Amino acid sequence: MDYSFALQQLVYGLTVGCLYGLLAIGYSMVYGVLRLINFAHGDLLMVSAYIGFFGIVIFHLPWPVSFAGAIALTALLGILIDRGAYKPIRKSPRINALITAIGVSFLLENVALVTIGGRPKSFPTPGFVSGAIVVGDVSIPTLSVWVFVVTVVLLTLCMAVVKKTRIGIAMRALSRDMETVMLMGVDKDRVIAFTFALGSALAAAGGIMWCMKYPAVEPFMGVIPGLKAFVAAVLGGIGSISGAAMGGMILGLAEVFIVAVQPEWSGYRDAVAFFLMIVILLTRPTGIMGERLPD
Amino acid sequence: MLLDINGLSVFFGGVQALNKLSLQIRKGEIIGLIGPNGAGKTTAFNAITGRIHPSEGSVFFCGKEITGWPAPRIARNGIARTFQNIKLYEDLSVIENVMIAAHSSISYSFIEAILGVGRYSRDEARIKSRAYELLELMNLGELASEQANSLPYGSQRKLEIARALALNPRLLLLDEPVAGMNPTETREFGQFLLTLRDNLSIGVGLIDHDMSFVMEVCDMIRVIDHGIPIAWGTPSVVRNDPKVISAYLGTDFNGAMDNHATN
Amino acid sequence: MAVSRDRLLTVFSLFILFSFLAYADSNFSHYTLRILQNIAIFITLAVSYNLINGIAGQFSLGPNAFLAVGAYASAIFTLSPEEKLRSFIIEPMLWPLSVISVPFAASLLIAGIVTALVAILMAMPVFRVRGDYLAIVSLGFGEVFQVLANNSMSITNGSLGLKGLQPYTNLWWSWGICVFTVFCTLRLVNSSYGRAMKAVREDETAAEAMGINAFRIKTLAFAFSAFFQGVAGGLLAHLITTISPSLFTFMFTFNLLIIIVIGGLGSTTGSIIAAVLITWGGEALRFFEEPANLFGFQYEGIPGMRMVLFSVILILVMLFARSGIMGRSEFSWEGALGWIKNKLSVMKV
Repeated sequence: MDYSFALQQLVYGLTVGCLYGLLAIGYSMVYGVLRLINFAHGDLLMVSAYIGFFGIVIFHLPWPVSFAGAIALTALLGILIDRGAYKPIRKSPRINALITAIGVSFLLENVALVTIGGRPKSFPTPGFVSGAIVVGDVSIPTLSVWVFVVTVVLLTLCMAVVKKTRIGIAMRALSRDMETVMLMGVDKDRVIAFTFALGSALAAAGGIMWCMKYPAVEPFMGVIPGLKAFVAAVLGGIGSISGAAMGGMILGLAEVFIVAVQPEWSGYRDAVAFFLMIVILLTRPTGIMGERLPD
Repeated sequence: MLLDINGLSVFFGGVQALNKLSLQIRKGEIIGLIGPNGAGKTTAFNAITGRIHPSEGSVFFCGKEITGWPAPRIARNGIARTFQNIKLYEDLSVIENVMIAAHSSISYSFIEAILGVGRYSRDEARIKSRAYELLELMNLGELASEQANSLPYGSQRKLEIARALALNPRLLLLDEPVAGMNPTETREFGQFLLTLRDNLSIGVGLIDHDMSFVMEVCDMIRVIDHGIPIAWGTPSVVRNDPKVISAYLGTDFNGAMDNHATN
Repeated sequence: MAVSRDRLLTVFSLFILFSFLAYADSNFSHYTLRILQNIAIFITLAVSYNLINGIAGQFSLGPNAFLAVGAYASAIFTLSPEEKLRSFIIEPMLWPLSVISVPFAASLLIAGIVTALVAILMAMPVFRVRGDYLAIVSLGFGEVFQVLANNSMSITNGSLGLKGLQPYTNLWWSWGICVFTVFCTLRLVNSSYGRAMKAVREDETAAEAMGINAFRIKTLAFAFSAFFQGVAGGLLAHLITTISPSLFTFMFTFNLLIIIVIGGLGSTTGSIIAAVLITWGGEALRFFEEPANLFGFQYEGIPGMRMVLFSVILILVMLFARSGIMGRSEFSWEGALGWIKNKLSVMKV
């Protein structure tokens, strides 16, 4: 493989890696705090995509408004899902919450199917993301630049919120030791709602950018990215935000490079995440950044 | 020598939870492990029984080194324990809770279980009758088919012990066995423990905060504070040790001692 | 003697069941017979799924994948060499698979064993680390299986699928396997192994402190349930006679989940009851999706509405009726006779 080809693949890999990373953060945060795999998380990508689509194509709102609306509404949906479906059963055995999560996920997918229809809609590509910057032999799509910039900005904001604000610190404390934190008078439910909101907002941002890269919007579009995002979260160390981002990058790069090196394996691209998961569980289950989460 | 611990240390979460604990328990001895809250007593039990990995030190059981062994293996080799916050199988019946502890002693495979042949019926009958025996021993016989979490607190503690005994242990580690019991029950339990020790010739390790109970029942006591061992001796020695008294400063240690003295 | 009475009653009930099946075989319509076979297969699936999810308490989302593995394993071995030559038009089938052909019963056994082995391979990395991950790994495997099957043309014939399977499955096979599965599962659950599974479900730390090797018990439950799901896959393959990778969607798993939840997570009896109700009821609900003439109004039919209803039902049951129909109790002749006596005495007064 020559140098510029490798760099080109690097660009593609990092682009999709950023998207996986944004989606993975929410998964990781919620698991860290509640030990719950929120299966509905991947579907939030779909929800934000549809909201964006309707904003731009049906209501003819300007791009920034549609995107901001998609992010805000998806964050709200995240909170509602927690309040409505997960909060009432917080004290039940974990398997009940997992079952409910699957139920919510399936519900979101099928409501979309019933109300909007299964035929894929085409997400419009805004003018400012088309085209590419050419550096030597490497073509960097403008979209990729946008994705990098937005991801870095959001990631920095997220880390700042989690390390500096009171609610962010409370969130991290909750994932370590829920009982003690509650004894300290923290409103657990508010912190959890915040966790969902933050994770959902990031997923929504990722979702919109996802659609600019892969313009087909259909009800089940979030299923596989959701699965991959969870793998990325485990890869980086479940419960760790920077880990989730890093895990996403690694997964994105792995997918792109494996197919680039062995084109006849391109049909197996989606299986890369699965095999990475097995490898990580066998070799370093705490993930790259992770430490053992208390049970 | 049943249990021989040397220099056992546990370091996690950035904290030295246990710092070079040494302890010996011989057959037929009841050894107490006491200290103020957070001293690392339960951590010690966890490290001995394999629930957590010690960072340093060694644990020998009946001459064999068991340091770092996984919990099920240690249990199968003769160490049974109870938990500080009762960990019963809540939704299962009382008798099932006890029968399950005998699982490691069965000799039939799952295929034989399905076919229902040979060793299956024999083992099942043995497990069941032994479980009833143990329940009778703890005065829980009538509650056999009740759901475990419907029992009153004191009975739940007794059930945990019945369950631990179903393992046929050579060493019993009890974590706060009389917490929540009234003085009469505590005294009865103390008697029961002494009888048990004599009849089964097992060793017992005991954590508790009820000082009169501990002083009454234990042959020797190890005191730890913030993970560090600070005293070792007979109850009367430990009671008067100034280091021990200052470690408990601010708690009703002396009050409990006076109660014990007048009893 | 209580034991012989129970055994007598059980044998008697089985006799009634099989007499009913004999009658049905000669008298019911093809459509009804099809539903009866579906019910049997779903009971098999539900009872084995309940073992891993309900009794061992480990959340698996694997049934649709195991169904697929079993279906393919069984089909690959029953197809005759000539049929294989005819189907594998893009890439010839791998030798020696291309020349092997075994009787149906053997292929079911193979299906079960292969699926169990796959389950064991999956269980090893997962159960060693965190049981929570089982859901994602098994869900992922479901997605990956499609990818793998589509790309292994020489084994599975890729997206073309396998057609022309002999319709071996009939009322006797499906219900026979069903009874066998229920029998094996109940015996396992009532043994020390079943109790150990429940112990791990209730409190894994305490179970380990009492000498139970949680990893082994979980793997046993997972592999055992996968075995029967694989066998059910073989039955299914030879009922519908054509299989392809896209057939075994998450929908199967979701239906099974609803069944075991409504029946009562942890109750084998509950799974049986719910499987009957929902498989039969699902047929009835199908009309929501077909165009129909409702009181003179033309109703277009809404595809996907059934699944919306099911999702809502699942969530509502989890929130408000978590124990399902049977809770964790099992059927016993003792209990049933007592219940009947109770009702009779109430009526006499």
